[in-house]
Amino acid sequence: MTMSHSIEIQHLSVGYDEGRFKALLDISLTVPDGTACAVIGPSGCGKSTLLRVIAGLQKPTKGTVLIGGERVNPKKQKIGFVPQNYGLLPWRTVEENILLGCRIRREVEEDTMERMQLMMGQLGIRGLGDRYPKELSGGQQQRVSLARSFLLRTDVLLMDEPFSALDAITREDMQEVFLELWQKHAVTTMLVTHYVEEALYLGQKIVLMSSYPGRIYKILDNPLFGSSEKRRQPEFFAMGQTIRDLIKEMGKSA
Amino acid sequence: MKYSIFLSYLAGAAAIFVLWWILSAMVALPMIPSPVAVFVKLVDIFAKSIAVHAGFSLWRIAAGLFAAILVGFPLGMVMGYFPKADRYLAPLVYLTYPVPKIALLPIFMLMAGVGETSKIIMIFLIIVFQVVIAVRDGIHAIPEETYFPLYSLGASFRQVFQEVLWPASLPKFITAVRVAMATAISVLFFTETFGTQYGMGYFIMDAWLRVNYLEMYAGIVCLSFIGLLLFGIIDLVEHFACRWMQKG
Repeated sequence: MTMSHSIEIQHLSVGYDEGRFKALLDISLTVPDGTACAVIGPSGCGKSTLLRVIAGLQKPTKGTVLIGGERVNPKKQKIGFVPQNYGLLPWRTVEENILLGCRIRREVEEDTMERMQLMMGQLGIRGLGDRYPKELSGGQQQRVSLARSFLLRTDVLLMDEPFSALDAITREDMQEVFLELWQKHAVTTMLVTHYVEEALYLGQKIVLMSSYPGRIYKILDNPLFGSSEKRRQPEFFAMGQTIRDLIKEMGKSA
Repeated sequence: MKYSIFLSYLAGAAAIFVLWWILSAMVALPMIPSPVAVFVKLVDIFAKSIAVHAGFSLWRIAAGLFAAILVGFPLGMVMGYFPKADRYLAPLVYLTYPVPKIALLPIFMLMAGVGETSKIIMIFLIIVFQVVIAVRDGIHAIPEETYFPLYSLGASFRQVFQEVLWPASLPKFITAVRVAMATAISVLFFTETFGTQYGMGYFIMDAWLRVNYLEMYAGIVCLSFIGLLLFGIIDLVEHFACRWMQKG
């Protein structure tokens, strides 16, 4: 079953107040199958709204979103959504939280438990299965959330500021953990962030969005994606500076 | 840990007992009998007469509580989850909630008779409002993002209920029942002084009229134990149903 799960966004607009306030204006973007795209922009640029529309949580005013060539339908496609606060259910144990996605899709199979144990081992959360989320650190909660997404082998993965709540050092660790898992599964991913370095490290494509109304300012191809060596190199910082300058320029022109 | 909690409650009971005993010794009148005499009396007459009254009282509370949960939980759920339902129902709930239900007792006795029905309706009304509001607020307090990972996978309403709505509203629901229970027992006492020959309320007031203070006190102690028993059951339910609330 090698279906393509690209994300195609065509002339997407979202308005509030009967279209008077535009949250998103004429967004067109393609994320090819098995690639990662980072969306970066100031607060209020509608990047979270964009993610919600792709997830089928919110209806667009205009335009379409296709996943694998079909209109978004949460019943059909498997859309993994990781909200800012990791989306763990406080009343479920770690194991129950990891299995949530599989449970919803009724895909708890013979090897699911085994795969879960394996994944918990890879993520360094083995032995925490019976704990509740509030007993875990932020980084551990994030790991549980990642385990949930990757266990269900979703068609696409949408992440809203996934690492923002973590302290700087944990954040870098988690980005590496995420990347390692991601490279194994190669699931089409869109992640929203306001950290330039995060976008550079985790996005093969970087989308710059401007605010009021939210629209795409620039799409960059990122040769520095996924390389932890390059992360310490001057070219990484140079590219980061370029993006910062672009964001500043975008702020002035708006 | 649990053992020490048990011990501290036992010590509390002993302290109350001793205070009562000192008071009775100081006053030295029949209207405050010694607790020893009261407990002896209670043991003596429990099986003979009090048990059946206690049974009636428990049945009325259970029936009222059951009806209140049956109506209140789904109603609170609907109001919490569907904003439209809340917009239409909230004014109704808020306008009727402050009406002292006990003041409606004469009306219910006129309509439903002085028998069981009006008593159960009374208990029902006391508890149902608390349940509706607690469940609704419990659901309102769920952050929007909690639903997203479920919605994005196309979860059915049944699944959303099972994974989010039910567990999220449970602690507030149980607290509401606990708070309402104390009022319900007082109201029960009051309603049992009318139109019945059974129930703890009847038993206590009857003993009072017969100037049998020992029996009256035995009845009060028994009614208190019923309250304690109900609280204990609620705590037990909470302990097992809301495990995630305990740790940390």
